[in-house]
Amino acid sequence: MLLISCPNCGSRDETEFHYGGQAHVPYPENPNELNDREWAEFLFYRDNTKGTFAERWLHSTGCRQWFNMLRDTVTYDIQAVYPMGTPRPATAAPNAAESGTASLAADSTTTGTAGPSIAAPSTSATSITATSTTQSGTTAPEGATK
Amino acid sequence: MANTAALTGINGLREIRRSPASHLAKALEAGSVPGKIVLKEGPFQTMAGVRVDPTSEEGTRIASVTGGLPARCGEVAGTEGLSVLWLGPSEFLVVAPEEAHDSLGGDLIGSLTDALGDAPGQVVDLSANRTTFELSGPRARAVLEKGCALDLHPRSFTPGTALTTEVGNIPVTLLKTGEESFRLFPRASFADFLGRWLLDGMREFASPEVP
Repeated sequence: MLLISCPNCGSRDETEFHYGGQAHVPYPENPNELNDREWAEFLFYRDNTKGTFAERWLHSTGCRQWFNMLRDTVTYDIQAVYPMGTPRPATAAPNAAESGTASLAADSTTTGTAGPSIAAPSTSATSITATSTTQSGTTAPEGATK
Repeated sequence: MANTAALTGINGLREIRRSPASHLAKALEAGSVPGKIVLKEGPFQTMAGVRVDPTSEEGTRIASVTGGLPARCGEVAGTEGLSVLWLGPSEFLVVAPEEAHDSLGGDLIGSLTDALGDAPGQVVDLSANRTTFELSGPRARAVLEKGCALDLHPRSFTPGTALTTEVGNIPVTLLKTGEESFRLFPRASFADFLGRWLLDGMREFASPEVP
C-alpha cells in the first residue's frame, strides 16, 4: 500500500486514488496534420520507464483533484508531488536500478514522441528499430503540457 | 392503482419517505451497547452540494448565506444548525436540518441559488444523496479504526472537523461531532452495507470483556 501525500488533504492510502497514466503528454499542436500512426501514438503509446516516472493521479475519494507525481517504478519511492500544469521538477540522482532496456532519456516523459523507443542492445537478435517513432509530428510548444 | 390522491404536494410524499437504512433500525438498536457504543441512523437532513471559487465575489456571497466557507481540508464552517463541510478546494457540502429545505418552509437551497446567481459554479440539492449514521460512545473510535486508515486519535482528529475518506472500503465523509461521537455520511446506496459493517465491528463490544 502506497501512502500518497495529496497536496490538498495530506497523506492518504493508495486506495483513495486513481492512476491517470503518464504526465506531460501534450496535445498535438495540429491534430489534423497527423497521420493515423502519429495519432495512435499520441493516444495510446506511453513510456514504460524503469526508474523515475512522471505520472498523473486523482484523489478520487477525497478532494477529487488531479496532481502530478514523480515515482520510481522500481522502488515505488515517491520523489515529488507537484500541481498540474507545472513542469517536471529536476529529479534526484539516478539510482542504480536504471539498467534495463527502458527509455532513460531525461526528457522521455516530457515530449510528445512517446513511442516504443526500444534502444535494443546489440545482444538482441531481432534488432528492433523504432524508425517510425522518431518523427516529431506530435511535439507541442513549450508549456502545452497538461 | 396506488392511491395517489393522498400524495398531494411534497408534504404528502414526506409521509411515505423512507430513509435508506430504515430497515436496519431494529438491528442497530439491538447491536448497540449503551455506555460503550451506540449506532443509529440520523434524521433526514437538507444537504446542498456547492461548487464555487471561495476567493471570488460569488464565493463571498455564498459564504454570507452559509456563515463562511471552510478554507482547507478538515475544516467545518457554518452557523448554529448549519455546517459547511470541505470536500475540495472549490467544493463544499452544506448540511442543515430537514426543515431548512424549501419544500418544508425553509429557504436554504433557494437562497444559495440566489447567492450564486449567474456566476460560474453550481448549487445542487443533494438531500437524498447521503444518509447519516451517528456513532457514539467510548468505543466509537475503535470501531472506526477497523476500517479507516486515517489517524483518528483525538490529538489529530479533533471535534468539529470533517474528512472525506474511506470507511469499510466505501467512500464516506466522516464528521467528528464530539469527543466520542462521529457522524458518517455514506451515499444512500451504501447505507445498508455500511450499517451492517459497523454492526459487525461493534459486535465484540457486546460480549463480556476477556480479562
